[in-house]
Amino acid sequence: MIHLTLFLVFGAICVAGAVNLLVQRHPINSALSLIAVLASLAVEYLLLGAEFVAAVQVIVYAGAIMVLFVFTIMLLNAGEEERTRGSRVAMVIGIPSLLIGGVLLAWVLVRHSGTEAVLAGALPGSPENVAWMLFHEFLLPFEVTSVLILIAIMGAVVLAARPEATSTGPGKES
Amino acid sequence: MLSVETFILVSVIKTVIALIVLLTAVAYTVWLERKVVGHIQNRWGPTRVGPFGLLQPLADGVKFLFKEDLTPPHVYKPLYIAAPMLSLIFALTSIALIPVGNVVSVGGIRTPLEITDVNIGLLIILGITSMGVYGVALAGWSSNSKYSLLGGLRASAQMVSYEIALGLSLIGVLIMSGSFSLRQIVDAQGGTFLGFIPRWNIFQGQIFAFFIYLIAAFAETNRVPFDLPEAETELVAGYHTEYSAMKFAMFFMAEYANMITVACLASLLFLGGWHGPLFGPPLLQAILPVIWFAARIFVFLFLYIWIRGTLPRFRYDQLMAFGWKVLLPLAIANLVITGFIVALKS
Repeated sequence: MIHLTLFLVFGAICVAGAVNLLVQRHPINSALSLIAVLASLAVEYLLLGAEFVAAVQVIVYAGAIMVLFVFTIMLLNAGEEERTRGSRVAMVIGIPSLLIGGVLLAWVLVRHSGTEAVLAGALPGSPENVAWMLFHEFLLPFEVTSVLILIAIMGAVVLAARPEATSTGPGKES
Repeated sequence: MLSVETFILVSVIKTVIALIVLLTAVAYTVWLERKVVGHIQNRWGPTRVGPFGLLQPLADGVKFLFKEDLTPPHVYKPLYIAAPMLSLIFALTSIALIPVGNVVSVGGIRTPLEITDVNIGLLIILGITSMGVYGVALAGWSSNSKYSLLGGLRASAQMVSYEIALGLSLIGVLIMSGSFSLRQIVDAQGGTFLGFIPRWNIFQGQIFAFFIYLIAAFAETNRVPFDLPEAETELVAGYHTEYSAMKFAMFFMAEYANMITVACLASLLFLGGWHGPLFGPPLLQAILPVIWFAARIFVFLFLYIWIRGTLPRFRYDQLMAFGWKVLLPLAIANLVITGFIVALKS
C-alpha cells in the first residue's frame, strides 16, 4: 500500500517536473526540473525493486550528466528565453503524433488488460542479478555498447582538440 | 521482526541521535581546526570562551543566528535561498547510511547502530555526494557575482572530475568484499593475519586505493590543497562570497559534515570500521567498537586540519591535470590488478 502511494506520488512529481521543464523560461530552471524528473524516476525504479539501476540513475544522470548541463548553462550565462507563438511545424507534426502516440498507448493497454501487473519489488534488481544478466545473457550488447561509447569519446576528443594543439599535445596552450 | 510502531520509534530516535551527534561533531571540528591550525601557526586559537575556548562553537552559532541576513539585490532569489539548504540537506543525509558499530540490543530490541542498513549503501552515499555539487554550483550561479560564479564553476568541474577517481578507487574494495553493504564490507575485514596484522583492506593490497581515495576525497570536500572554489586570495570567498549569517553557516556546516562523512567512509572501507580489541564487562564491549570508530574519524579529521595548516593550494591546471592524468590512471590500474589477483585466488 505504501509502495503504491509512493509510486503514484513520485510518478506525479515526475510528470509535473517534465511539464515544468517545458514551461519554464529560464534554462537553469528547466535543468533543475529535469533533475527532479530524473531523481523521481530513480525513486520509481527503487520502488519497483531495481535498486542498482536506481542508484546508478542518480549517480550518472542526476549527479554527473546534469551537473555538466548546469555547468554549461552557468558557463555560457544563458539568459531567459523569449516566448514565441509556437512554430507551424510543431502544430502540423506535433498534434497528429500526439494522437498516434495516445492511440498506440491505449491499444497496448487494452491488449494487455488481462495480464497480471508486475508487483513492486518482484523483479530481480539487486547488483548481483544485474551483473549476472550483463555478463551472461547480454554480454554481446554490453561489449558493443562499450565500444560505441569508446568511439564517441574518441570523436569528442577529435572535435575538441584544436589543430595546433595536436603537435604540442593537449593542455600546452601558447 | 519489529512491529511498525516500534520500527518507526526506533528509527526516529536513531535519526535524532545521529543528527545531534553529527552537528556537535561538526561544531567541534571547527573548534579543533581553529585550535590546531592556531598551534601550527604558533598562536593559541580560541581561548576566551570557556576552558580552552571549548564554548567557542556555541558563541559562533549564536553569532550566526543574530547576524543580519543580507540578501544582495541582484541575486536570483529562489535559487540563492535554496542553494545553502541543498548543500546542507545532502551533507546531512548521507550519515543515515553510515554504520558506527555492531548490532546492539537495548531493552529486547535488536537494532544495528545506523539509521538504516541497505544492501546498496555505498552506492546511495555516492549518489548523495554527487548531488551535493548542486548546492555549490547553484550558489555560485545565483549570486550573480563573478567571484561566486568562478567559484561555482571550479567546484562543479573539480567535483565531477575527482568523483570518477574516487568511485574507481572504491571498486577495488568492492571486489575484495563482494558487497555494496557497508556493514558487510566492515564484517569482511574482521580478524588478523599472523595473529597481529589486522585484516583491514588497507593491509590487503588496497593501500594505493586508500591514498587515491584520500586525495580525491580532499578534492571532493573542497579542502586544502584543493580549495580552489573558495580560494580567498583570488576569489574573495568563492561560491559563498555573497552569503552571510545562517546561510553562510549552512555552507560551512555542509563542508564539515562532508568531511566527517568522508572520514567515516575511509574508516569503514579501508581501516576496518569499528574493529579493534574488545575487553572488559559487556557494556564496555558494546561501546568499544563505537569508540574505535570515532578514534579513526578523529585521526582523519586531524589529518585534514594538519594538511590545511601545511600545504599550499594547487594551481587550477595542476588540479585538473593531476585528477585526470595521475589519479584516474592509477585508480584504473589498481582496479585491474585487484580484479586480476582476486580472479587468480578464486
